[in-house]
Amino acid sequence: MSDYAIEADGLRRSYRSRTGWLRPQTTVVDAVRGVTFAVGRGELFGLLGPNGAGKTTTIKMLNTLLIPTAGTARVLGHDVVRETREVRKRIGYVFGGDRGLYERLSALDNLRYFAELYGVPAREQKARIGELLELVGLTGREGERVEGYSRGMRQRLHIARGLLHRPEVLFLDEPSIGVDPVAARDLRKTVADLAAGGTTVLLTTHYMAEADELCDRIAVIAGGELRALGTPTELKRHADGRRVVEVEAYGVAPGTVELLQALPGVRGVQIEESGAAQLLTVQSESDVDVQSDVLAALNGVRLGRVSARQPTLEDAYVAIVSGDGGPARESLVAA
Amino acid sequence: MRTLRMLWIGTIMQVKMSSRGTFEIATAMIMPIVQATVAVYLLRAADSPHRMIEAAVGAGLMGVWSTVLFGSGGAIQRQRFMGTLEMLMLAPRNPAGTILPITIATGLTGTYAMIATLGWGWLVYGIRPEFAHPWLFLAAVPACVLGLGMFGLLLASTFVLMRNANALCNTLEYPIWLLSGMLVPITVLPAWTGPLADILPTTWGARAVHEATSGGAVWPAIAWCLGISVACFALGALSMTYVERRARTAATLALA
Repeated sequence: MSDYAIEADGLRRSYRSRTGWLRPQTTVVDAVRGVTFAVGRGELFGLLGPNGAGKTTTIKMLNTLLIPTAGTARVLGHDVVRETREVRKRIGYVFGGDRGLYERLSALDNLRYFAELYGVPAREQKARIGELLELVGLTGREGERVEGYSRGMRQRLHIARGLLHRPEVLFLDEPSIGVDPVAARDLRKTVADLAAGGTTVLLTTHYMAEADELCDRIAVIAGGELRALGTPTELKRHADGRRVVEVEAYGVAPGTVELLQALPGVRGVQIEESGAAQLLTVQSESDVDVQSDVLAALNGVRLGRVSARQPTLEDAYVAIVSGDGGPARESLVAA
Repeated sequence: MRTLRMLWIGTIMQVKMSSRGTFEIATAMIMPIVQATVAVYLLRAADSPHRMIEAAVGAGLMGVWSTVLFGSGGAIQRQRFMGTLEMLMLAPRNPAGTILPITIATGLTGTYAMIATLGWGWLVYGIRPEFAHPWLFLAAVPACVLGLGMFGLLLASTFVLMRNANALCNTLEYPIWLLSGMLVPITVLPAWTGPLADILPTTWGARAVHEATSGGAVWPAIAWCLGISVACFALGALSMTYVERRARTAATLALA
């Protein structure tokens, strides 16, 4: 038996699309470009990356929905291309968003249908469905049609569906996307409990706090390549030797980010819309105080809160994804 | 036993879903009236009023085929849109087993199309449902629906592979009506269409229903229909396994 629950070795995936009839043009997009990592049994492993980084494609190759263009992958020792059914018996797949459920059926009917499809023995189905409805907090609402469910309720139903056949490996693809903070906290607790119970979890997410709180190890993927891999503490070292200034501003002019980027000592600038305000996050060398230069560059812009702080996992993530993750990057990937 | 149970539950769920869609209900209500009207006026124009019951039955068969064709294609397209096609394919089952409930469910809806067409024909045009072999008619219709359903399974494999399966549905609707002799006898078609018609389960299913309506040898047609249906099922199951793999390579199980 393999020591690893998931093994990916040089996974690649390209998408081909053809347009036009008379002069057809084929476009090839390399979504994943040779990703290698291994996840131990019972580990909670995070896959982080920006939109279009290749996270979902990687998950879909591991859970048998896509065949890799090159490379190999094994789940619990079974090859995902040749031993598809063996892999499928042992995995659960949950993804975020509104789709993936039968809207016109009740939650109970959805679970009954998938219990049959996933081979849950008939005599166990009722108890198992009841147990899962209780786990995800949908007891009493199971008779209602899914089309009337909120995003959070759908997400909880997704999780119940993914756990019906007691999978040994659970793939969670951005499960907390669009979920309110309370529901997201409940979801994190459920995921942590599952991992504590011995289920191997591969989680993709955009939320750094979520990854920091839950994951034993995290892989950062960007542009289809693995940029870093390590524990959250190890990844935070990518932002070592930096300081962070956050400025709340109103009406930042186009081109300001480039202006700030050009200031001496600045390593990275991020701008994020937050209602009427914009939150500027400026990372700099730790021995250079850029705050006064930043405020001078924002002259004429109405400012709110200004603060300096130590770097977080999010700052490390930005540093890694923007390709400015420092010399430790290669050593962490190899770890 | 577990497979039969899965097919049974799957079919119930698929029928439940179809019966709760406004578009599906409206189509199921309106189409049989349209089919019955077209058939009746066609035969009236041909000055064959004595063949009205054949017209109603032929229209019913057209309705069954349209329901199975668009039901299977539409249902798979809908599953793709809802993101459930991936979840179906992810089940540790033979892919044909997960798709079969969809085609069985559309076949059942197709049976309704036949009943509704005959009903509207009686109510609106006064065509009394009098059959030469009433009991054999009751055997011929399920055999025909089964034949169409299995043919639907064969087609469903292409629907799984192609994102724009609806285009294929539109292309296949009228040729199969004609080739199978659902409304117009096959004898009026060019000779080269004969072999094509002979290998379609729809031809034999339609013949069985017509023979039961107007008198003739029903059982041979039913036997041919069921035989070709079994072949379609075997071919559909094989093709579905191949297509599932192709769809995973081409990434067509999801919308994009």
